Amino acid sequence: MAIRRTYLRPMDGWWRRDPFFLRYMAREATSVFVVAYALILLWGLVRLAEGEARFDAWLAWLASPLSVAFHVLLLAVFAYHTWSWFAIMPKTMPPVVVGGRRLPARAITAAGVAVAVAASAALFALATVLA
Amino acid sequence: MPDTSTHGAASGASPAPGAAPERIEIQVLRYAPGGGAPATQSWTIPWTRDMSVLQALQYIKDHLDGSLTFRWSCRMAICGSCGMMVNGVPRLGCETFLRDLAPGPVRLEALAHFPIERDLVVDAEDFIGKLAKIKPYIVPKEPRGLDEGTYFQTPEELARYESFSHCINCMLCYAACPQYGLDPKFLGPGATALLHRYNCDSRDGAREERMDLVHSEEGVWSCTAVGYCSEVCPKAVDPASAVNQNKTASALDWFARFLPGRK
Repeated sequence: MAIRRTYLRPMDGWWRRDPFFLRYMAREATSVFVVAYALILLWGLVRLAEGEARFDAWLAWLASPLSVAFHVLLLAVFAYHTWSWFAIMPKTMPPVVVGGRRLPARAITAAGVAVAVAASAALFALATVLA
Repeated sequence: MPDTSTHGAASGASPAPGAAPERIEIQVLRYAPGGGAPATQSWTIPWTRDMSVLQALQYIKDHLDGSLTFRWSCRMAICGSCGMMVNGVPRLGCETFLRDLAPGPVRLEALAHFPIERDLVVDAEDFIGKLAKIKPYIVPKEPRGLDEGTYFQTPEELARYESFSHCINCMLCYAACPQYGLDPKFLGPGATALLHRYNCDSRDGAREERMDLVHSEEGVWSCTAVGYCSEVCPKAVDPASAVNQNKTASALDWFARFLPGRK
């Protein structure tokens, strides 16, 4: 067999090659912010265990301008996180057949986003009632 | 080695009466074995609204440079031969029209993630090997003689695999998969879609053999759900769905080991 003298192109900077890859990397990067927020909540839990004074100090930190600015950023990132994961969800599940017809991908994504919005609204309402 | 130069177009186009034909620049990443790294060469050619990228290449080969190398066969998006990167996106040359790329320039490159054999021709050996590995044929559940008649399938049983059977092996999905580019051992979208097609077929009995490949290091778990494979597929096969459905199947198979009576 003849020796093949092929050329393999390098993969350096592959994620900058296509806007689709940039959106994918952005989706993956949002997970870092999800972990960051989980750590903030965990930190609050630790403060709660340490007593009222420590917990109040944590609450005071949450209300600081820096924390509020970070939370606004988190809200925007979480919104993209939610949308991007529900956008890929139809590809991760077996076809859903309703009344003999396959449910379109858009309906699955819309249902996911709707549930997320409803759950967030319910949580917000509960928090308002308890506050 | 070809240089980076612009050639004048030869005659042979069909301009509108009394008008000079419109011209478009076609840039091709060219590579000749043993000739060093690939380099871009460009031609400015006359074009008409009904011309495809494949026809532009044929014009160049017929009139300007006979050494330009590319694969093609059917010209109607069913043979899967003319896959290439068109302005950085994996497309079939025959169903990509110059009118959608005008005023240009149009940049053509061999399918990403594959070794370039020459110009726009890639070495597809790896994909062909993967195709053979997934047993892309029906392995009957039980031997059946001709006298027993044909197999029957309900419309529902057909619907379970039909879309995955539309794959034309054009490999655009591999050029769209960064995980395949980073680790070519990954079975990849196209072969997994076909694997899924046979696993979902009610007549087939080789699911368990194919699942060994699904579970393996090069199987579905190398996929990170980029999803671009399904975007670029010219036949709407949705390989990303096949790969990700098999992640569920692979996880369920793993848990099933703990059930009594299972190996």
